[in-house]
Amino acid sequence: MTALTILLVLVLLLVVFGLLFRLQILTSIFSGSYVKEIGTSNRINAILMLVFMVVGGIAFFWSFSNNFSKMNPPIASVHGHAMEKMFWTTMVVIGIAFVITQALLFIYSYKYQHQDNRRAYFFAHNNTIEVIWTIIPAIVMASLIFAGWKAWTRITGPAPKDAIVVEVMGKQFNWLVRYPGRDMKLGVINYRLIDASNDFGFDLSDKASLDDFTASEIHVPKGHPVLIKIRSRDVLHAVYMPQFRVQMYAVPGMPTRFWFTPTTTTDEMRAKLGNPNFKYELACNQICGKGHFAMKLNIVVDEPDDYVAWYAAQAPVSQNADMMASFKQMSKQTGLGKGGSKEAKADAIEETGETPAVPLAAQASL
Amino acid sequence: MATNLPASTSSQGGIGTAPVPHTEHDEHLHDHEHHDQHWLWKYVFSQDHKMIARQFLITGMVWAIIGGVLSSLFRLQLGWPEATLDWLQPILGKWIAGGKLDPEFYLALVTMHGTIMVFFVLTAGLSGTFSNFLIPLQVGARDMASGFMNMLSYWFFFLSSIIMFCSLFLETGPAAAGWTIYPPLSALPQAISGSGMGMTMWLVSMVFFIVSQLLGGVNYVTTVINLRTRGLSMSKLPLTIWAFFLTAILGILSFPVLFSAALLLVFDRSFGTSFFLSDIYIAGQALHNQGGSPVLFQHLFWFLGHPEVYIVIMPAMGMVSEILATNARKPIFGYRAMIGSLIGISLLSFVVWAHHMFVTGMNPFLGSVFMFLTLIIAVPSGVKVFNWLATLWRGNIRFTAAMLFAIGFVSLFISGGLTGIILGNATLDIQMHNTYFVVAHFHLVMGSSAFFGLFAGIYHWFPKMFGRMMDEKLGYIHFWLTFAGVYLVFMPMHYVGIAGFPRRYYSWTGFDAFSQFADLNKFISAAAILAFFAQFVFIFNFFYSIFRGRRASENPWNSTTLEWTTPVVPGHGNWPGEIPTVYRWPYDYSKPGSEADFIPQNVPYSQTASSNLPYERELND
Repeated sequence: MTALTILLVLVLLLVVFGLLFRLQILTSIFSGSYVKEIGTSNRINAILMLVFMVVGGIAFFWSFSNNFSKMNPPIASVHGHAMEKMFWTTMVVIGIAFVITQALLFIYSYKYQHQDNRRAYFFAHNNTIEVIWTIIPAIVMASLIFAGWKAWTRITGPAPKDAIVVEVMGKQFNWLVRYPGRDMKLGVINYRLIDASNDFGFDLSDKASLDDFTASEIHVPKGHPVLIKIRSRDVLHAVYMPQFRVQMYAVPGMPTRFWFTPTTTTDEMRAKLGNPNFKYELACNQICGKGHFAMKLNIVVDEPDDYVAWYAAQAPVSQNADMMASFKQMSKQTGLGKGGSKEAKADAIEETGETPAVPLAAQASL
Repeated sequence: MATNLPASTSSQGGIGTAPVPHTEHDEHLHDHEHHDQHWLWKYVFSQDHKMIARQFLITGMVWAIIGGVLSSLFRLQLGWPEATLDWLQPILGKWIAGGKLDPEFYLALVTMHGTIMVFFVLTAGLSGTFSNFLIPLQVGARDMASGFMNMLSYWFFFLSSIIMFCSLFLETGPAAAGWTIYPPLSALPQAISGSGMGMTMWLVSMVFFIVSQLLGGVNYVTTVINLRTRGLSMSKLPLTIWAFFLTAILGILSFPVLFSAALLLVFDRSFGTSFFLSDIYIAGQALHNQGGSPVLFQHLFWFLGHPEVYIVIMPAMGMVSEILATNARKPIFGYRAMIGSLIGISLLSFVVWAHHMFVTGMNPFLGSVFMFLTLIIAVPSGVKVFNWLATLWRGNIRFTAAMLFAIGFVSLFISGGLTGIILGNATLDIQMHNTYFVVAHFHLVMGSSAFFGLFAGIYHWFPKMFGRMMDEKLGYIHFWLTFAGVYLVFMPMHYVGIAGFPRRYYSWTGFDAFSQFADLNKFISAAAILAFFAQFVFIFNFFYSIFRGRRASENPWNSTTLEWTTPVVPGHGNWPGEIPTVYRWPYDYSKPGSEADFIPQNVPYSQTASSNLPYERELND
């Protein structure tokens, strides 16, 4: 019944609209404005241009400043601070260009609206002006490129030798985390060895993997470079950590990496934001299927000592009886994982990078 | 079938004719020949470029409505994630069981919205309509170089449309891996149900679409090069034609690369190859594929994908230049700079594709190179904007609906283009990649802008298409509602993006980091849905005016280009008599010394002695 009423109302509204439209045409025929080419509506549109600029400009300014505090994710990495500065500098540059060009567009539209007694100024080209407005943007662009390029090479350059290594593996629809354990070496993994109790596909015949451990969240120490090694075992995912200004795809068959230095512990950030429940989050930022929007991992930034303590308390995979048993069975079934062949090790080194030096002095004593 | 078509003899001159001579006698013959055409050949399997243009336009409009409906649906979800939408159950069925949109169907909506808008509306609907309609009319040709290929171009598009449309109703849903269909998600039905039959139909549909684009493109290029009328050198072409010409070249060079990507993806999906797949464990099973690279697909896709956004925007740029000049009653400022910047953009558009891939694991050095090339492309784009502004300066502006949309285009192009400077910077893209900042950016700069170009074109050339005028007042209402609506949707979307909200998220409620903008998302959704409904003003106006609009005159806008020298509704062959000869450039508006404020291109200098510029006096005879 309500549906019918709504439908009826809609139909009636349409009829009213149609009648109004006809009426409008008939009156304009009567008043002669129907065929007149340029009438009052020209003036109204010109005024609306100006109104749009003023009202729109104010609304934009108001909403922007109103939301400004909410639109900046807190920053918690060294390069994040540099990036933020570059972002807002660029925003100011494009903001200036925005205001000038939009203002000219709307003001010209208003100012040069049709007038019967005026004629447009025949002005077809001027090479000097063209050269000027080619060169000025080119110079501005060049300086932005240069700043961007310098930062980009620094951020994407090789991680410091003493960086902490964490490996993150994306799968539908959660993240797996692995640490290299006491030997500071990530062991060989093989996607064919994956099963219910061996999510990562550890090749336990490789000695380096025996002391690796998995975790349900990422822990990293404050003030120390962290190298995130990134894998995917099914489709594309992307590691996106907005507060650290980190993003890198997780690509099946092609390990990727990103390094950064956290500057603020979780506790410090909680105090700073006045939010006792604050958590650093890692989101998936490349469409990966049904659960894409819920593919989350928490990150904890610890004081270095807490981190070392946490690290020491983790149980290596060799203590996981389930996994050891299932690995033996998988290994038998597939014929894989027999003694960590030279090739597999070479692959692993190529994929996971050179053997890291000792990351944290305290960690070395573990 | 082709040989039975009476119209097939009409493709004027055919291939191999010399560029200029349009001998009149055979044109006359054709004219008489077609007066009693069967409706099937006149309206359906027509080889007349004007009819084909109208076919592209109407099909494009149908697609635009579908694309708009899809976006309204997913905006409902994003604006009111908690709402129960039972009332949609009769339409969406199992996809909205219990009033909650299925997350996989949400992804399908997003995917199909992108595919439809980018390819079917803004490529086929925009370029297909206006390249077809305007190229022969503005270069002074009887028709396209090959009318038959032109007809095929539309019918391949139609076939492709039918396949894509059918895929919307599949049991497993349409393609859902994003419009960029990155494998492995798009390659594995185990990963998402839309990658089953839905993806197959997507790929098949795109193959036909590419065929359609290539047939059309070859035709546009050939026509512009070979069939220009007497006196119409490349340096006298209207900017519309330059834009269509370069767009067609971009399409011819880039669409085959998408074809190759699609083909390899078909191989991976169906024949067990490993072009894009490697080391995959999915649905409890390790796949045999090894050695492929998903990043390779991204290179192939964006090699088309980036020129594609210029394929979308350049025709709009061309038409806007034309409309601004006509309605400001002033020559376009810097005609040669405008051509130069179009050429610059076309060349650069082929070497910027990897800026979509800064953080995909591509070598960072490549990232530096592409950042450099990407930011360079801002220069010719800036030149265009400055030239448009200079065209308005000291003009005598007539606000037709077309003019409003052209001004709106410039405004949106500026707003969207400037944020490209942020996204093209690899460093800043680390944070902004795949956030709503990107969504806001491209919806302004190539989505809404191109739509505004499309609307401007329709309002402007409607009189030539249908012989009647569209209602101006409804046009004004349509413009102001749409213009305000677009800004209300996409300006706040930047804030959401700066805050890092990821795109293609069904809901953000699971993250603390993305919990602050529920109100803003509601606002964006409401504005988007209202802006969508405002389009029905246009649709009403369009169809009403086709049948009952005020009758148009031959040249209602006092414009200079050749299409306005044809009869009110040009028949087959466009000009009943001889094809006009061109003597001058297309922008002689408000020329000092001339009484009329416009001098059409086909008026010789000998007739305008009082207004000729010094160097033109020599051309007098």
